[in-house]
Formats: sequence, C-alpha cells, structure tokens
Amino acid sequence: MTFSTMLRTMSSGMLRTLLLFILTLAGSIPLGMIVVFLKKSKIRPISWLTKIYIAIMRGTPLMLQLLVWYFGPYYVLGMKITSGYKFIALLIGFIMNYAAYFAEIYRSGIESMPVGQYEAAEILGYSRIRTFFKIILPQVVKRILPAVTNEVITLVKDTSLASALAYQEVFSLAKQISASQTSFLPFVVAGVFYFVANYVVAIVMGRIEKSMQYYK
Amino acid sequence: MEKTVLRMTNIEKHFDDLEVLKDINLTVNNGEVVSIIGPSGSGKSTLLRCATFLEKIDGGEIVYLDKTAAKTRVLSDGVRKKVEYAGKSEMKEIKKCFGLVFQQFNLFPHLSVLRNVMDGPVEVLKRNRKEVEQEARELLDKMGLADKADTYPCNLSGGQQQRVAIARALAMKPEVLFFDEPTSALDPELTIEVLKIIRKLAEEKMTMVIVTHEMSFAEGVSNRVIFMDGGVIVEEGDPKEVFGNPKQERTKQFLKSYTE
Repeated sequence: MTFSTMLRTMSSGMLRTLLLFILTLAGSIPLGMIVVFLKKSKIRPISWLTKIYIAIMRGTPLMLQLLVWYFGPYYVLGMKITSGYKFIALLIGFIMNYAAYFAEIYRSGIESMPVGQYEAAEILGYSRIRTFFKIILPQVVKRILPAVTNEVITLVKDTSLASALAYQEVFSLAKQISASQTSFLPFVVAGVFYFVANYVVAIVMGRIEKSMQYYK
Repeated sequence: MEKTVLRMTNIEKHFDDLEVLKDINLTVNNGEVVSIIGPSGSGKSTLLRCATFLEKIDGGEIVYLDKTAAKTRVLSDGVRKKVEYAGKSEMKEIKKCFGLVFQQFNLFPHLSVLRNVMDGPVEVLKRNRKEVEQEARELLDKMGLADKADTYPCNLSGGQQQRVAIARALAMKPEVLFFDEPTSALDPELTIEVLKIIRKLAEEKMTMVIVTHEMSFAEGVSNRVIFMDGGVIVEEGDPKEVFGNPKQERTKQFLKSYTE
C-alpha cells in the first residue's frame, strides 16, 4: 500500500471523525443549557432526575455508555438493531455525555455572576427572561469560554472512542491499516490529524475569547 | 400639601430569628430629600431594599403614589399575619415609580456607557430609541461624562461609574430615587464628585432617599434626617435639629463618633 493510498483511505475516516465532532457539539452545547435549567428547576423530581443523569454521565466511562446506547435496545427492549443505528447510537451517546459536562460548566458560570447584576436588572424592570438573555448570558459566555475550549479539545480526542462500536473513523482505520500492513505510519498520520484539528480548535476559540476582551 | 410619593407603614422584616426592622414608618413627599443615617446593621439598607422590593417585608404596608404594593392581612386565627404583594402587572407599573443607585454601582460591564443608560427606557419602557439616545446623552453630559458615552464601564473610575449608574436610574424618570450608600465604595476625592451630582439633583427638586455615612453631606442636602439604630427609627426631623441638637442619647453617641 502506497502512502497516498493510505492517506486516501484514512481521509474518509477523518471526515467521519469531523462529522461526529461537529454534530456532537451542535447537539450538546444547546442541550447542556436545557440541562442547567432542568437542574435548577424548582420542581423537585425534575432537578433530582437531572442530578442523577449528570452523575451517571460523569461517573461511568463514555466508552461503556456508547456500548449501552448501541446494544441496549436489543438486550433490554428486544429491538432489532439496523446498521444505520450505529451512528445514531454514537450521536446519542456523545451528545448526552457532553451535554452533562457542558451543563456543569454553564452552571459554574451562571453561579459566579454577582447578585448585583440581577438586582440592577430587576430595579430597571427587566423581566427574568430578558435579564437572563441580555445581561447574564453574555457575561457567562465570556467567563466559561476557557473551560468550554478544554471540553471541545477533549471531544476531538474522545471521538476515537467510537472505534468501540467499530465505527470507521480515523482511529479505527489507523488500527486496521497498521495491523494489515504491519506499519507504524497510520498511527503517525492519525496523531498528526488529531493534533492539527485541536490546533485549529485552539485558534478559533482564542479568537472568540479575544473578541470578548473589550470589557472586564 | 405636597403629594406623597412613598408611604411605608408598620414595616417589619426579619432574617430568621433576627429582627431587622421593627415597626418602621416612612413617608416621602414629592420634592423631598430624606437622609437615613445610623450605624452598620441598624437596618437602613434593609429598609431601602424593602422599599425597592429586593427584600420582601414580613409585615406592614407599602404604597407608591396611590398604588398599594404590599399590605398585611391578619389570618383567621387572629395572630398570624400574611403579607400580600400586588399582582405582576401592577407591580410592573409600581416599579416604574422608583430607581435605586447601589453601593457597588452594578453597571452592566458588557454594555457601553450609553447602552447602560439607554437600555432600560428602550427595552422596558419601549420608548423611541432616537429620543432615548438624545436624553441619555444629555444625562451623561449633566454627569460630566459626555465624552465617555462609547466607552465601557471597566475603563471608568469608581466615581465615574457611579455617575453613570445615577444617569441610568434617572433615564427611567422615576418619581423617587433611592441611594444605598452611594459613596461607600469610593475614596474621598471620588466621593466629592458623586455628592456634587446628588446635590445638583436636590436643587432640581428630585425626590430622593439617601442612606449615607457622609454626615455633613446629609446635613447640607436633606430636608429631613432619619437616625436608625437596632431596626427602629430613633430620631427623625430637620437636619439642623438632629445634627445640632439631638434629643436622644443614642443619636448623640452616634454623632459623637463622627466628630472625634
């Protein structure tokens, strides 16, 4: 196998990795916000269930969670698993897991806001919704950005866990090609790919952080 | 007779077992400047926070103009009391009656100075943006901050921030403006510039209630001084009387600690 054939084969895996990465972010970033609201809900059972959900997501390995989402419907519910379900199971697993982590990051940001901001808004007659979206949220975003960057970088690397379901992303392919060609090179290619992807993430997030430095 | 802007009667407030306000009565008439002085923990800030609904009262009545914001009903057992606040839409109207200037300014750091002043009138009062902007710029000019409209609060000194906060409160055109120790977070030099503004407002007959530790300022600016201690109003009256010739022993003691 020539190097260019190997690259071509692996590039399809890179695309799958990126697809999983982007869809996970698109799902978990907004879902995390909903999770915070549920956790802060005044209805006891709701906040209680949300706490359990977060505890499970953080307390068990993501790889195990992926297996449960994939095989659970068959073993627990006796459903037939179709081949198309694998990607869905991956997305559910990743999004549910990352939403829990994002929710905790959002919560830390929201709770770090000084009470004076709420009081000033209340005196001016702002509604609770307006206060949250116009006064609190923009400041929270600025505060949590470094923590979010960390999480996004972790996600880039965590996508390799999809290999547990034999999803043909870049890490799976690297392992397979390495075994069949008895070559170390696929690992190097995969390593460079992850590194570059995270380098781009760091640059983009750095830009966003910088764009918010106009105030303290 | 001047119209009454705020009437608080028999106000009670406690935090758990601690009684912070005991049967307080406070009436503020239009155009009046009332200063509230007293040692830390005397309940004066809590009184302002109750007047502005940041804290809920545990007994008494709060009336703005002719609108009742809170009243107390004795329950059927004849002992327990229940405080009832007005409905949501009514409270929204009542809240337009007052503004509050905080000790820590509490400006919105992510908004420019101009937006800080404009946002309330535009977003809450739904007023015309152009009109509001013109008024906001005039207010900032009056505060001596015309050239700071487009900067952000973090670039301003504490005194400047507090003047923006005053402009922000005034932009809502309140009937009465409350000040909760407006200069306690400022050094003496910056304190002067803020007090100057408040004095100017007093000359324009702005109705104000000021909780302050600046005794000579309180004496000079107010029509009436209230001395609070231990959750009660100990002495109340003309500033010349309260400061020059206090009747109560506790007032004398307190004022003495300032002259020493």
